[in-house]
Amino acid sequence: MADPVEQFEIHKIFSLGHIGGQEIAFTNSSLFMFVCVGAVALLMLGASTRLVPTRFQSMAELSYEFVVGMMKESLGEEGMKFFPLVFTIFMFVLMANVIGVIPFTFSVTSHLIVTLALALIVFLTVLLYGLYKNGFKFFKLFVPSGVPIYILPLITAIEIISFLSRPVSHSVRLFANMLAGHITLKVFAGFVASLGALGATGILGATLPLAMTTALSALELLVAFLQAYVFAILTCIYLNDALHPGH
Amino acid sequence: MDEKDKPSADEAALSARLHHLEDRLSETRKDRNLRTGQSDARDGNPSANASAMARGFRLSSELIAGVLVGAAIGWGFDRLLSTSPWGLIVFFLLGFAAGVVNVMRAAGVANKPADRQ
Repeated sequence: MADPVEQFEIHKIFSLGHIGGQEIAFTNSSLFMFVCVGAVALLMLGASTRLVPTRFQSMAELSYEFVVGMMKESLGEEGMKFFPLVFTIFMFVLMANVIGVIPFTFSVTSHLIVTLALALIVFLTVLLYGLYKNGFKFFKLFVPSGVPIYILPLITAIEIISFLSRPVSHSVRLFANMLAGHITLKVFAGFVASLGALGATGILGATLPLAMTTALSALELLVAFLQAYVFAILTCIYLNDALHPGH
Repeated sequence: MDEKDKPSADEAALSARLHHLEDRLSETRKDRNLRTGQSDARDGNPSANASAMARGFRLSSELIAGVLVGAAIGWGFDRLLSTSPWGLIVFFLLGFAAGVVNVMRAAGVANKPADRQ
């Protein structure tokens, strides 16, 4: 049976040189990141601007309107300055997830380092923009008002840990979903191959995992979209704290 | 005769009221299920199951993240100030509390600090 985690291996395609004794290589992961960016660019820039949209154009318009609607709802008009950030993150994650569902491709978001980098971009944006815009008042985020003074240190410590845990949960959720989904898919697909090798009864039995694999593929497509949405909506929720910390 | 009839009439009234209450309850329950999509999750609707799974993943990762970050802070604290194991113990517990707070916020049970006036 095929190794279910083999699909996540990183291969070097060519080397870009060395920095401080560490090789900087162009890997299959980098290749698929470029593919994702290229696909998003093609979708957004290549779409026609007809009044009656083509299928391709309405896909681009739909994704734009979807993110705008989501941001208006959670951030308001004031938060629209973050639109480029949220839209880029949403489209990149969505494209990476969807491309990952296609067989023989590499799914970029199934690596923790990629999702952690995305989550840290959001985290640092919140931190730096919050400090820049609100100054010292940003720290009110950690000191909720109306709490008795004797439990305030405890609450503040808990709030700070809760704030620091955001990039962890933000990145692990996307990574774990993609990893778990792809492993499950591979394991069930592996059953088809190994049962099919057992002769006539085996082939009959193999229809069950085959049906499961088909259903799981559809589910994975849904999860791909859902997780990109969750990642983007959480980005909005966190950015909201940078805009309005504790009033 | 009168004394025997009276309790049965009372009982009839009571059972009628009970029936009425039951009808209203089942109606409210149906409404609530429709609103939260719970009936969908209980039937094998795959899209509802997927979003329920996503919700479960979200809540569990919130808790784990809180505990992990708390433990990491405690470990670093101990290493810097050589107070082992007290930093780990205290921050692990604080991390657990932060994880629970995260989960309650993610589930919408507790308000965010910004909403608390």
